[in-house]
Amino acid sequence: MVATRDEVGELLDRALALSEAAHAEAVYLGQDSALTRFATNQIHQNVREHDASLQVRIIDDERIGVAATNRLDEAGIRAVVERAAAIARRSAPNPRAAILPEPDGRDHDPELGFVAATADAGAETRAQGARAVIAAGEAKGLQGSGSFATSTMTVAVANTKGIRARHRSTRATLLTVMMDGFASGAASGYAHAGSTDVREIDAEALGRVAAEKGDAMRGAGPLEAGEYEVILEEEAVGGLLEYLSYIGFSGLAHEEGRSFMELGKRVMGENVAIWDDGADPDGLPSPIDFEGVVRRRVDLVADGVATAVVHDAATGARAGTGSTGHALPAPNLIGPMALNLFMGPGTTPRDELIRGVRRGIWVTRFHYINPVHPKKAILTGMTKDGTFLIEDGRLTRPILNFRFTQSIPEAFSDVRAASLETRLVPGEFFGAARCPAVHLGSFNFTGVTASEDTA
Amino acid sequence: MLVKDLIDRALDAAERGGAAYTEVRVAERETEELTVKNGALEAATSNVSAGFGVRVLVNGAWGFSSSRALEPGEADRVAGEALEIARASALAQKTPVELDDTPPVTDTYRTPYDEDPLAVSLDDKLRILMEADRNMARVPGVAIRESNLSGGRERKTFASSAGAWIEQEIVEAGGGIEATAVNDSEMQQRSYPNSFGGQVVTGGFEAVRALQLPEHAQETAELAVALLDAPQCPSGEMDLVLDSTQVALQIHESCGHPTELDRVFGTEASFAGTSFLTTDKLDALRYGSELVHIDADATAPGGLGTFGYDDEGVPAQNVPLVSGGVLVGYLTSRETAPRIGRRSMGSARAWSWSHIPLIRMTNINLRPGDAGSLEDLIADTSDGILMSVNKSWSIDDRRLNFQFGDQAAWIIRNGKRTQLVKNPTYTGITPKFWGSLDAICGRDEWTLWGLPNCGKGEPMQVGHVGHGAAPARFRRVQVGVGRW
Repeated sequence: MVATRDEVGELLDRALALSEAAHAEAVYLGQDSALTRFATNQIHQNVREHDASLQVRIIDDERIGVAATNRLDEAGIRAVVERAAAIARRSAPNPRAAILPEPDGRDHDPELGFVAATADAGAETRAQGARAVIAAGEAKGLQGSGSFATSTMTVAVANTKGIRARHRSTRATLLTVMMDGFASGAASGYAHAGSTDVREIDAEALGRVAAEKGDAMRGAGPLEAGEYEVILEEEAVGGLLEYLSYIGFSGLAHEEGRSFMELGKRVMGENVAIWDDGADPDGLPSPIDFEGVVRRRVDLVADGVATAVVHDAATGARAGTGSTGHALPAPNLIGPMALNLFMGPGTTPRDELIRGVRRGIWVTRFHYINPVHPKKAILTGMTKDGTFLIEDGRLTRPILNFRFTQSIPEAFSDVRAASLETRLVPGEFFGAARCPAVHLGSFNFTGVTASEDTA
Repeated sequence: MLVKDLIDRALDAAERGGAAYTEVRVAERETEELTVKNGALEAATSNVSAGFGVRVLVNGAWGFSSSRALEPGEADRVAGEALEIARASALAQKTPVELDDTPPVTDTYRTPYDEDPLAVSLDDKLRILMEADRNMARVPGVAIRESNLSGGRERKTFASSAGAWIEQEIVEAGGGIEATAVNDSEMQQRSYPNSFGGQVVTGGFEAVRALQLPEHAQETAELAVALLDAPQCPSGEMDLVLDSTQVALQIHESCGHPTELDRVFGTEASFAGTSFLTTDKLDALRYGSELVHIDADATAPGGLGTFGYDDEGVPAQNVPLVSGGVLVGYLTSRETAPRIGRRSMGSARAWSWSHIPLIRMTNINLRPGDAGSLEDLIADTSDGILMSVNKSWSIDDRRLNFQFGDQAAWIIRNGKRTQLVKNPTYTGITPKFWGSLDAICGRDEWTLWGLPNCGKGEPMQVGHVGHGAAPARFRRVQVGVGRW
């Protein structure tokens, strides 16, 4: 069901040929994805999806129309071009958005991050992975829940200004939560892995990590909310970076004054570096964006200073920087987005991070993060699946989950240490981040979860 | 290829391959979205997505596959793939799936409407959006003006090996406006009639016209600008009055999600979490005060969670979840309901042809009370705070510890709405919070809000749900969270 390179090229050329407008763009998005989901130690969902769509953007006299379809025969292609053209004809001019990128001479690897073993992975591979995770939990008397997903994504773009770009990649992710039931204060542990190559996912080892964490969480008790030093594991750091990208690293948010990123100003500690690089194979690479522009590495925060934001063709033209290759599919109201994030490592071996904490909190991950104030980058959320009190450089007891309400740039202004090692954290909603675990000087926990019986 | 031929072929292939039960859904969704931003048509899109999905039960284990290709050979291939996946599921299967005894139905359902939202001309729609934009532009200090309209139609056919054949056409329409004001340190927004897209209903364009977006544009923009210089929301424990939009989201997060019986049984544990409303609490737990009556009503006219049949072929129903403050029901599916000795109440829904049905909210409605109008409720509140229109939400993995932020709030002093304050937040624990409810406004203040951005499951599925709510008062709530 995955179209060949030639078939995709012909489809895009046909769409452009059918357009009578001055400018047009055709985007092919192909998806072949499968996911096996398990809970309480058994598989309960097991699904596969084959889909592909063609999106056409027509620009005529600065009037824009966009239409999409997943009917890819001749009639479907004609219909989608006609619908996009009809919308453009009746639209009002929008010169600030009526911009298509042009080729810039840079090349990319169209198969970077494509692994045939992942593309070919079947339901049995995923089921065996689920079984291995479940077995690790059962060995500790825990119930395993999670998902094992594999997918192949194809993005291809052509426009009337000469852009011709295509990229195909694979992705495999396995995550699990290990719990000793669903009652108030139940123990839970977590592990999550992502790779372009399904063979790099070690289900048994991942299950053991989650089971050991879950086992250690038995008997969690309350601790008063307040400001604490914290060790944030990589998953927790990745979750925060995902939201910083959403609310602040976009050229549109910056242009409109909605972002915390004041370019040229120190926004975090001088030992913090955050960048985006879609071509780095240490992430989950995606070397072109949805306008067919080859992604540039963008240093977002260097030495703690906000140095740049990411752009698509329209915001890049308005900012005078040009596109950095971070467009989402048009029309795009939320602006460009950094999807391939990296945070610079520190010099402390991960196992030694905790030694520097006299009294603090160990956070495995965050749950249900949401912005409270985007411009100040104040986020809220809960700790989850492994929260411990640290005393005199060691974990002393598991504690009930905290709610935090915290400006993240403020918290990242006091990074006491970062781990030498980094880990790839697949995004909860989009992209991925490779990041270290960090020791922060202060983090504001504003509430603690409670039992329904004692509320 | 005719839909019937494709369905028959898939059902036949699944049966021959050993499926004990098979469902086939063929669906086509057509949507249109328009957004005017700062005087220009920023987004105008038309999307069509069609395909089919086959779900099979083999030896008590599920398998599902789907494809956009509505072709004869594809029906055989997708059915075969679903069978193969079901057999892989059996490798980690402990308890065979058993479905309830819902009888198969042959029927049709269509959303009633007067004016087809996809047939209204672009010119007509642009006129509304541009007028709203111009009215917001009259207010100095507004940095970003956005007006949007959306419309959609889904046609789907559900058939099962048990003999069900259900054809449905669901039509939706919606719209809203939002003004954003920005200075060096602040960004403040005000939306009408609600945030995150405004109001969305099942029905026709007449519902959009009734919103009167242009008429509300100027006051919306004025409030966004006023918020920039408003003082910060105070911190402390105080009486809290919520407008109906915020009550709707409170219902969504702290009653709707935790009463999803698949979540209660742990199937969302690895994603959005579980629920404190475990089945031992049915008919026993005091969820809220005696004023709290919450129903799941998939039959409510115009609700975004209104339909004829769910995606397991179960008819739409109206069932109580909380009665007099006591937990009395759950949102269920054919697979989960028998585990509490019940038959499905019809809340298993799939976002598209490529997704399996999950338990989703329908219209989860808090019945109106007898506290009169919002102004009556404010007059009855000696000291407190009124919060209006959500901008931030978060809740823990058992749906107990929540925190919400709203766009605007007003201090209530001696029964009067006084000072406007910015960045209001409140936090609480679900049963304690609902237990503190002591007044709900009346039927005239009750609105059935559409919520078009509910997320659940892996792969993530969007859900369109509704929440009927009137303004309500909660005593002694923690307000103003965090350092500002």
